[in-house]
Amino acid sequence: MSEQELRVQQKQEVQHSGETTKPEKYFVPAVDIFETEKQVTVTAEMPGVAGEGVDISLEDDVLTIRGSKQPEEQTDARILLQEYETGHYLRRFTVSEAIDQEKIEASMNDGLLTVVLPKTTPAQPRKIEVKVG
Amino acid sequence: MAVIRFAERPRFRNPWSEFERMRRGFDELSRNFLSGEVPFSSATVYPPINMYEDAEQLIIKAELPGVAASDMDISLEGDTLTLQGRREPRHDDDKVSYHRREIARGSFSRAISLPTKIDPESIVAKLANGILTITLAKAAEVKPRKITVVTE
Repeated sequence: MSEQELRVQQKQEVQHSGETTKPEKYFVPAVDIFETEKQVTVTAEMPGVAGEGVDISLEDDVLTIRGSKQPEEQTDARILLQEYETGHYLRRFTVSEAIDQEKIEASMNDGLLTVVLPKTTPAQPRKIEVKVG
Repeated sequence: MAVIRFAERPRFRNPWSEFERMRRGFDELSRNFLSGEVPFSSATVYPPINMYEDAEQLIIKAELPGVAASDMDISLEGDTLTLQGRREPRHDDDKVSYHRREIARGSFSRAISLPTKIDPESIVAKLANGILTITLAKAAEVKPRKITVVTE
């Protein structure tokens, strides 16, 4: 498989997220979602967000991933070229599988967030014996 | 305005690129005139970069999520800084079914021509939370020098 050249993807701003009090932008992070027999894994691109800035919640089958970027250091540097904007990240998904809430795990690595959502094990079939009275 | 120095070099393959560049230049001019802000220019080559300068140094930032430091290669040749690297391909497995594939994988290479002379011995590149920050100290001859006026 030949390697592809990476292309510039414009950041998409989140639509209809309500207004924010601070003039900060929320972007939609690019994600990869894949599923195995046991779990669903979500990978999201969140450059500039440290592990502490990530907030993940699963409520009523809606998975919300929010990443707050670290505040920029105040410098007196002059901007010469600006090709990307910085901001926070927000994205929501409706999860159709039954997820074991207690065992959700997340990790942050090089600006990539990985959330592992383990599926709940289906109830074991139980044989019920009928007693003859 | 300093931004003009970074204007893209004409690409010879596309005869219309020069017109496009001129149009963008006019757009930037009018926008600058109105807002006084540095215009937001869209990158054509991955990765998009932000560049800052102060009296002592030049700072280049790029968002490179998912690129390990060991997969990145930064080199300086004359006044051209080259960023190269690759993002690990997905480990495709038969048992894995993908629902979304939005994160692009592959390699990148971008050459940036630096606006000022820099000291090639003091380049620091740092990767934190997926953001690459390259700090280049300006060469001694381009640093602002204070000249004291002596009264006789």
